[in-house]
Amino acid sequence: MNEQHLSIAHAMLLEPTGLSDPDLSAMMHKLTNVGGCDFADMYFQYAKHETWSLDEGVVKTGSFNIDQGVGLRSVCGEKTAFAYSEDLNVAAINTAADVVTAIGRQGQNVEGLTSFRAQSATALYSALDPVATMTDIEKVNLLELADRLARTHDSRVKEVMASLSSVYEVVLILTSDGRQIPDVRPLIRLNVSVIVEQDGKRERGSMGGGGRFGLDYFSQEVVEHYAHEAVRQALVSLEAIDSPAGTMEVVLGAGWPGILLHEAVGHGLEGDFNRKGTSAFSGRIGEKVASEQCTVVDDGTIADRRGSLSVDDEGNQTQNTVLIENGILKGYMQDEHNARLMGMGVTGNGRRESFAHLPMPRMTNTYMHAGKYEPEEIIKSVKNGIYAVNFGGGQVDITSGKFVFSSSEAYLIEDGKVTQPVKGATLIGNGPEAMQTISMVGNDLALDSGVGVCGKDGQSVPVGVGQPTLKMDALTVGGVSL
Amino acid sequence: MSQIDLTKAAEIAIDYATQQGMDQVEAALHQGVGISITARQQELETVEKHNDAQLVVSVYKDHKTGSASSADMSETGIKSTVDAAMSIARFTGADDCLGLADADLMATDSKSLDLHHPWRADTAEMVDIALACEAAALGVDDRITNSEGASVSSYSGNAVYANSHGFLRSGSGSQHSLSCSVIGTSDKGMQRDYWYDSNRNAAKLQPAETIGKLAAERTLQRLGARQIGSKQASVMFDPIMAKSLISHLIGAIKGGAIYKKASFMLDKVGESVLPDFVTIAENPHKLGGASSSLYDGEGVATPEYRALVESGMLQSYVLGSYAARKLGLVTTANAGGVRNLTVSNTGQDAQRLLAQMGTGLLVTELIGSGINMVTGDYSRGAAGFWVENGELQFPVEEITIAGNLQDMYRNIVAIGNDYDSRGNTECGSIVVEGMTVAGS
Repeated sequence: MNEQHLSIAHAMLLEPTGLSDPDLSAMMHKLTNVGGCDFADMYFQYAKHETWSLDEGVVKTGSFNIDQGVGLRSVCGEKTAFAYSEDLNVAAINTAADVVTAIGRQGQNVEGLTSFRAQSATALYSALDPVATMTDIEKVNLLELADRLARTHDSRVKEVMASLSSVYEVVLILTSDGRQIPDVRPLIRLNVSVIVEQDGKRERGSMGGGGRFGLDYFSQEVVEHYAHEAVRQALVSLEAIDSPAGTMEVVLGAGWPGILLHEAVGHGLEGDFNRKGTSAFSGRIGEKVASEQCTVVDDGTIADRRGSLSVDDEGNQTQNTVLIENGILKGYMQDEHNARLMGMGVTGNGRRESFAHLPMPRMTNTYMHAGKYEPEEIIKSVKNGIYAVNFGGGQVDITSGKFVFSSSEAYLIEDGKVTQPVKGATLIGNGPEAMQTISMVGNDLALDSGVGVCGKDGQSVPVGVGQPTLKMDALTVGGVSL
Repeated sequence: MSQIDLTKAAEIAIDYATQQGMDQVEAALHQGVGISITARQQELETVEKHNDAQLVVSVYKDHKTGSASSADMSETGIKSTVDAAMSIARFTGADDCLGLADADLMATDSKSLDLHHPWRADTAEMVDIALACEAAALGVDDRITNSEGASVSSYSGNAVYANSHGFLRSGSGSQHSLSCSVIGTSDKGMQRDYWYDSNRNAAKLQPAETIGKLAAERTLQRLGARQIGSKQASVMFDPIMAKSLISHLIGAIKGGAIYKKASFMLDKVGESVLPDFVTIAENPHKLGGASSSLYDGEGVATPEYRALVESGMLQSYVLGSYAARKLGLVTTANAGGVRNLTVSNTGQDAQRLLAQMGTGLLVTELIGSGINMVTGDYSRGAAGFWVENGELQFPVEEITIAGNLQDMYRNIVAIGNDYDSRGNTECGSIVVEGMTVAGS
C-alpha cells in the first residue's frame, strides 16, 4: 500500500471540498443503482500543466493551467453512461451522478458500499511535482541553453524553437467493487527544433525527450544532445535527394521507428476493436500474423518511461503483455469493459485523456524484442532499398489494416551500403502482411527518447515505442522519383 | 454546474490584473453543455454528457507576457489564475511586438450572425435518430456486415472575450453533428467508410437515413480495393480531400510560420501561387457559418469579405497582431484562424471533372502526416478509385501520392462545383496533374 500516494490524493482531491466516505459511497450507489449495472467507477483527477516556449532566442511565452474534476461512469452490458463535473463539491458531483442514473433509466435495489479499500501498485516513478523541480529562471535558462547550443553548433542554423513542458497529475480511482486506487504521475518533455538555411534552401530538424521524472533530467549533456541532433537532422535533409517510389526492401532503424509496431499491429490489437470485430486482427489469436522473428509486447511497467503507468486509469496494475510471440498472435490489450465482454483478463491498458473522457484500451510502451542480427549485417543484405531512421507521425485504418508512417530521415541503400539521404517518404503497408515480410531482426533493441503522443477517438495519451533495427522485404515507399 | 456569469468573471480578471500593475490584460472565457450518443448494432452504446467551462488570461507587463487558464471561475479562482499568469510574465523575455491588438482596430459592429440554435431534442429522441441512421446503413446491402455505430452530438455554449482596451463582447453558439461508420466484407477483406453532417442548426442536418445510406454506399464502393503500380498520374481530390490541400496552403501563410521562416510560402505575397482561375476568399460574417464572428481572437473587427488568393495571386498572409508586428505589417484579424473560406470553381460537376481527367486517380481518403511545411514536400497514404475514360474502374488502396505542394498548387487544372459546404471551407473536387503514385 502506497500511503504517500493515498495521502497526496486525498489532500488534493477530497479534503478541499470535504468529500467524506459516506458522500463517496452514496455517489457510487447512484452509479450502481441502475438496471443491469455491471460496474461503475469515479475518476478524480487534478492536473497541472506548465509550458515555456522559446523562439528567436527569447522565451516569449509561458502558460500555466490547472484542471480538476471527476468522471463518473456506469456500465451495463455493452452500454455506458458517462458524465463529469469540474466542480468537486458534493452537490455538483451528485448532479453529475444523477445524470448518469437518468441515462441508465430504471433502478434496481443493490446494496451500497460503506467504504473503499485502499489499494495501489508498486510506484514506477517518483511522486514528485515536476513543475517545482526547477525555478522559473532555471527553466528559462534551460531553453536559452538549447538555443545557444543549436546556434553555435552550425552557422547555417537560422531559427531555433524550443519548449519545455511539465505535467503533474494526481488521480484517485474509486471502483464499484470497493477499491480506491491513487496515483501520482509526473511527466516532462523538452523539444528542440531548428530551421537551417544554405544557398536559399531551408530545412527543419527536431529532437526531444522526457519521461516521468523531475526536470533535473535535462542536464547540459542531454540538452546538447537534443540541440545537436536537431541540427544534424536538418543538415542531412538539406542534402537529401528525391526518394524513390515503389515497393522495395526497407530497413528501419532502432528506437523511434518502432512507431511501425504502434501503427501496423498495436492499434489493431486493442480490445475494443477486436470485441466489435472491426480490426484486421479480429478473431486471429493463435494465428501467425508476423514472421517468426517477431515478438512484440506492450509493457506499461518500465520505470520512469513516458508511456508507463503504475496503475492504469481504471485502477488496474499495468503489465508486460505479450501481443505477438515468435510471429503468433497471443493476446489483445484490454480495459475493464472490453475484457468483461470478451471473457478475457484485464491487461492494465484502460486509459483516458482526462476525467472528462471515457477510458478505452490504449497502448503504453509498445516494442519488439531484440533478434540475433548485427545492424551492419542487415544493411549489408540489401541490394537496393531504403534505410529509414527517423519518423514523423503515423496512422492506421484498423479495419483494412493499412498503416502509414512518414520518414523524416532516410537514406538509399545501394549494394549493401548506406549512401545518399532521401527526402521524407511515407511508407505504407498492410499490418498483418507487412509483419510477415520482416526477414531480419537486429540485436540492438532501443526505446524512443520519450516524446510520443497517441491519438484515438479524439483522446491523446503519452506513449512509448521501441524496436531493434529490422528489415522488411517488401514495403511500399511513397517517394516522387520513379 | 450552475450558470456562470462570464461577463462578470471577465471583468474581475481584467480589473484585478490592472490593479496589480499589468500594462495590458486580456481574457477569453467559455462555457457550454453538450451530449454525445452512440448507437451500435441497433443498441444504445454510450451516452456522454459534457459540461465545460474555461478561463484563459494573458497579461502583459514591460513587453513581457504570461498566460494561465483554469476552470475555476470563483472570484478566488479567477484571481489565482491571473496571479499565475503574472508570475510567468516576470520570467519571460521582452519583445516589443507583444501586446494586445491596437485599440483602434477593435470591433464596433454588432449584429446577429445566426450562430445559436440549441437542439431541443431530449436524449431519447437523439438515441432514436442514431438508431435510425445506423439502421439505414445496415439495410443497404448484405455485404454491410458490421458497424462502428452512428453518433449524434450536440453542443451549445457561450463565450466572452475582453481586454484592457475596454473591449468586452459575448456571444452564443451551437454545433450539432450526425455521423455513421459501417464495415463491409468481401473475399478480399473488410473495408470501412463513413459519412457525416454538421451544422449550427440541427434542423438543417441531412436526414439520418441519408447519412446512413451514404456511409454504407461509400463502404461498399471500397470493397475489393487493390494496389496499382507506381506511375505519374493526374489525381482528383474529392471535395473532402481537396479541403486538406487548402488547409495546407493556409497553414503555410500563417504569420507564425512566416516570421519563423518555417514555410514554403515565404515571400510569396504578390506572386502567383495558384492558376489564375483560383480565388480563395474568407467570409467571416456568413450567417450561420461554422467559424463566423464579427471579431477575431484579439477583438479585432473582421471584414465581411477578404480574398486571400485572387486570380491565383497571394494577396496577404494570415496574421494576428503579434506576427503582423514581427513582419512590419498590420493584423488581418486572423487571431484564431481563418473564417469560412470559399474556393472558386471552374464550372464542372464531379462527373465532368472525371471525364476531363480521363485517366487518373480519384482520391477519397488520405492518411498519415507526410507533409514538410518548410519545403512543401508532400507524401501521403491514399485510397480511392482508378479512373479510365472518365469512369471509375476499381477501388484502390495501399498506395501513396507524392509531390511538392508548390508544384501541386500550380498544377491544378480544374476545380469542381460539387461543393462540400460542411465546416470551415467550401470547396469542390480539385484535379492536380503530374503527381507520383507509388504502389506495387
